[in-house]
Amino acid sequence: MHIEVRGLNKSFGDFHAVKDVSFDIEKGKLIGLLGPSGGGKTSILRMLAGLETPSSGDIVFHGKRVNDLPPQERGIGFVFQNYALFKHMTVYDNVAFGLKVKKQSKEQIRERVMYLVELTGLKGFEHRYPHQLSGGQRQRVAFARALAPEPQLLLLDEPFAAIDAKIRSELRTWLKDLIESVGITSIFVTHDQEEAIEVADEIMIISKGRLEQKGSPWDIYKEPATPFVASFIGESTIVEDLSELKGFEHASSESGTKALIRPEYIELGKPGEIKLVSATMPAVVKHLHFRGSEWMVELEVGSTKLITYRSLEKDVLHPGEQVNVLLHRAYLFNDSRSWILENPLKVDPMPMFI
Amino acid sequence: MSIRRLWIGLTYVVFGLLLIVPLIQIAVGAWSDGAQSFVDALLRPQSLHALMMTGIIVVVVTAINTLFGVMLALYLVRGTWLGGKIKRLLNSIVDLPFAVSPVIGGLMIVLLLGPNTIIGAFFEDIGFKVVYALPGMILATLFVTFPIMVREVMPVLQEIGSQQEEAASMMGAYPWYTFWMVTWPSIRFGVIYGVVLTVARSLGEFGAVLVVSGNIMNKTQTATTLVYQDVENFNVVAANGVALVLAAFSVGLLLLMEWAKKRKEVH
Ligand SMILES: Nc1ncnc2c1ncn2[C@@H]1O[C@H](COP(=O)(O)OP(=O)(O)OP(=O)(O)O)[C@@H](O)[C@H]1O
Ligand SMILES: [Mg+2]
Repeated sequence: MHIEVRGLNKSFGDFHAVKDVSFDIEKGKLIGLLGPSGGGKTSILRMLAGLETPSSGDIVFHGKRVNDLPPQERGIGFVFQNYALFKHMTVYDNVAFGLKVKKQSKEQIRERVMYLVELTGLKGFEHRYPHQLSGGQRQRVAFARALAPEPQLLLLDEPFAAIDAKIRSELRTWLKDLIESVGITSIFVTHDQEEAIEVADEIMIISKGRLEQKGSPWDIYKEPATPFVASFIGESTIVEDLSELKGFEHASSESGTKALIRPEYIELGKPGEIKLVSATMPAVVKHLHFRGSEWMVELEVGSTKLITYRSLEKDVLHPGEQVNVLLHRAYLFNDSRSWILENPLKVDPMPMFI
Repeated sequence: MSIRRLWIGLTYVVFGLLLIVPLIQIAVGAWSDGAQSFVDALLRPQSLHALMMTGIIVVVVTAINTLFGVMLALYLVRGTWLGGKIKRLLNSIVDLPFAVSPVIGGLMIVLLLGPNTIIGAFFEDIGFKVVYALPGMILATLFVTFPIMVREVMPVLQEIGSQQEEAASMMGAYPWYTFWMVTWPSIRFGVIYGVVLTVARSLGEFGAVLVVSGNIMNKTQTATTLVYQDVENFNVVAANGVALVLAAFSVGLLLLMEWAKKRKEVH
């Protein structure tokens, strides 16, 4: 289903929870709504579902305005954060509910329920009650139940929040495959950027009721539209005084310009390891933290602190050691604009060898 | 250790004195002149009539109370069209009958609907007597028992939350269907518990009914007001007989209540 949202607002009393949100979602896309707690993600989802009335703005499905359509007629599947399974019904009856409402025949219902039970890996659990299932199994029942009436849009509010980290990553790959195989437009809410980046075709970043940016995970990472997005996605350090960073000394000509630097913008080497010596600056290793698959290195350039990672394959560093650092780029911003600046000293060395 | 035992023992003694001994006393009193006088006391026309009146009141009051109690609980917990202020006001008004003495409640009905008032006179004109008749007695009992159902169902509704109902509506179910398929199974044992409490309370209501009914034998007398009159007339055996019937019902209700309470906790 193609979704269009124009100038959506929602106020609870005098609290403005969703502010002028507009976006388009193409048919069949999997969208992640990402943002800090209290940002308005659930409110947006509930308005799409018809469970909450917008204060103003239009919601358009398939070119038809649906603001006044009750939730019963929107053809949307909704997976609630804590699943909201019917606790006095068996798994079978939970999944069959939407089909019974549609007054389908017993055989039709049986066929569809058994298909979904199989699809979600719940075979053999049909006659259990929700309280006899594990968290992951309940989650699957909630998916199966939402998918049963063949909705055109699937909304998921933090579908993995209540599940432990390991099963969570299993479940989300499973969900992505499932949604792809069914081919249904889906929007899911999450707090977890890793989850959003891994699963979503497109991410929408919501903060304080506003839509900060919408785009593919790569675009958002590469070209954050606002300083908030830049600091929210990925890891970063904010540097206020640019004069100590080689290649960026003059970037702060506009007053109040700050730099956001990601660990992966920084190349670190023992003396001699980095080819482009002219672009490097000296730094001191302050601390080393083992992060399972790599080292996290805390550096000090003059009085500026930076963070980067170093492969376990390379020579081990020690606190206090002198190293060289090449800063490939920085995300610069001030009150009026933000832009990415590549290190001007980093001339591509390739032409010299041709 | 022994002090604790003493306290526990004392608790049992108090309980016994308050609850068990009177019950035994009633039972013994009812049979003191032999089975025949017990049966005779119950088969007096006024006894049969009073028990019938009590029966009618219990059935009507419980039916009305259940229906409107559940509805009001639903509106108070789920209703979106009621403003927050109105809800809070209604919520405190519901408890009014608990705070007001039943006798006062009865008196209010007499003052509002008695034959000397405008409304009362109007109803009398169209041949519908309210005070000193069955409708008034039902009204008085309704007043006294009204909070019970609302207060039983509201916490259950709050506890289950609205998400299951929202999930049902997302799957195309309209409110009526959702109520019976989703909400009702969760609240039914709360409702049953409320019904049992309402029955028990309306069975034993005395003050409000006495004021409203005028206690006219074979007309507006209920089982409890008959017991009162028998005691007044030193007809102790008859009083004990009717009281025993009421007590037997109460014990039955108590067992039902236990069962409902257990189920309520399970679900
Ligand atoms: N029914 C309501 N009444 C009043 N305020 C509400 C209501 N629902 C949400 N809010 C407020 O609106 C804001 C946005 O809430 P929302 O639930 O949409 O946030 P969210 O992004 O889903 O947060 P989280 O990630 O913590 O779930 C919050 O500040 C919340 O307090
Ligand atoms: Mg939320």
